[in-house]
Amino acid sequence: MIEALNVSMVYPNGIKALKNVTFSVEKGESCSIIGPSGCGKTTLLFIFSGILKPTNGRVLIDGKEVVSPPKNAALILQDFGLFPWKTVYENVCLGLKIRKVNKKEQKKIVESLLKNLGLMEFKNYYPKELSGGMQQRVAIARALALNPDIMLMDEPFSSLDALTREKLQNFLLELQNRDNITTILVTHSIEEAVFLGRRIVILSPRPGKVVKIVDNQGMGDVDYRNKREFFEKCREVRKSISLAI
Amino acid sequence: MSRSEKKHKLSYLIAAFLLILAWSVISHLLNSPAVPSPHLVFLSFIQQLERDLITHFLISAYRVVYSILLALSLAIPIGLTTHEKVVDSFVAPFIYLLYPIPHIVFLPLIVIFFGIGDLSKIILIAMIVFFQVLVTTRDAARSVNKYYIYSLLSLGANKKDIYIHVIFPFALPKIITAMRIGIGTSIAVLFFAESFATTKGLGYLIMDSWSRADYPSLYAGIVSMAILGFILYLILELVERRVCKWM
Ligand SMILES: Nc1ncnc2c1ncn2[C@@H]1O[C@H](COP(=O)(O)OP(=O)(O)O)[C@@H](O)[C@H]1O
Ligand SMILES: [Mg+2]
Repeated sequence: MIEALNVSMVYPNGIKALKNVTFSVEKGESCSIIGPSGCGKTTLLFIFSGILKPTNGRVLIDGKEVVSPPKNAALILQDFGLFPWKTVYENVCLGLKIRKVNKKEQKKIVESLLKNLGLMEFKNYYPKELSGGMQQRVAIARALALNPDIMLMDEPFSSLDALTREKLQNFLLELQNRDNITTILVTHSIEEAVFLGRRIVILSPRPGKVVKIVDNQGMGDVDYRNKREFFEKCREVRKSISLAI
Repeated sequence: MSRSEKKHKLSYLIAAFLLILAWSVISHLLNSPAVPSPHLVFLSFIQQLERDLITHFLISAYRVVYSILLALSLAIPIGLTTHEKVVDSFVAPFIYLLYPIPHIVFLPLIVIFFGIGDLSKIILIAMIVFFQVLVTTRDAARSVNKYYIYSLLSLGANKKDIYIHVIFPFALPKIITAMRIGIGTSIAVLFFAESFATTKGLGYLIMDSWSRADYPSLYAGIVSMAILGFILYLILELVERRVCKWM
């Protein structure tokens, strides 16, 4: 279980990014975080990943306070996740290399992942030689290589075209259903938040505060996107957001 | 070899040919012993090869390569570690105070401390390349986007990993660009450094043949200097192609 308890963040330059953020995500559950640009969503993910320390409050994973990057969590960023100077293979391998997994094991893990994600024939390509959708698949592969219990994602699909985005959303949903990975997904798309989050946390403009937590029991199926329930949930979320702003 | 590479090579040949052609025409028009024709220089070049041109060339090459390596081995680590604010607050004032000075004026000091031998020449050249590479490396190391570093940290990286996987590869293309400029400067300073207190090196050869009005030898020296620079560029290009494939 992941818990944010009264998390506040003031940057050294005085910018108040987050204020008293409290919510929790159950093991194996998926949670979407949505809020206007600049409200502190990325900051919050960095705090969850143990990279930034909140100025107030705490983050707990399975009851233990996060003070450094947890071994069982993987972070996926929108633009700076992949290293342009590393090939697809090297990027996916990086986490394993840093954790000093032996070379043979690295190769086995990475190649089977690349095969599964249809990236094998691109293993020696550099990120800029791939489409945006493929780049994000590589980023997901790199996260999966560490066999994480938790995935933290910062607007992973926001620079993709609508069709590619839907495909990757479906892919992610299937992954969540299969591997039972606890997911926190930051997004600014209401549809994405509703499609992928069992729980939807709505943040206010800066400094980000939790405005509302919407339960979304109906999600979990690729078909959800076409159901009336889905549209109604989107409407509900949209209304809460507009009340917050 | 790919087609574009072939074209690339061809354009080099054409450029070389045009230069030699222009040289021939000028020498023909001026008809002065101070501008001998290309084929005369070529003959003298061959003649000089049989004498001691190769020794001069090798000594110059040794001095300049040694200098460049010395400069890099200091400038790159120092430049990269200015990524740390503490290091930078120490290094930056030195850069601001020392970089704008034409370093060649330190020659007397260097000679006082290190004598008039090779070491002084190497230090003089190295010092100039050092600053050029240092300034660029520092700029690059300080401009790494922090999200790259966060992304690496989330994988469990330590400080050393950050330098190996982010800061160094990010700065490398910029370092190579700085080196390209540095090579040009280093050859110029090499010439200057070899024009005194030595009887070896291409710079000496050029100055000596000039004073004897031995123009073919003079030109053989100049051409050798150009070849030295060209070879260094070529090596750098090969290195760049290997390590900056991602650009
Ligand atoms: N390192 C930093 N120093 C100072 N201010 C920052 C820093 N990082 C982000 N901010 C500011 O904090 C606020 C929240 O940023 P961020 O978490 O990136 O928002 P979001 O991801 O929701 O768009 C923004 O106003 C941003 O300008
Ligand atoms: Mg953001």
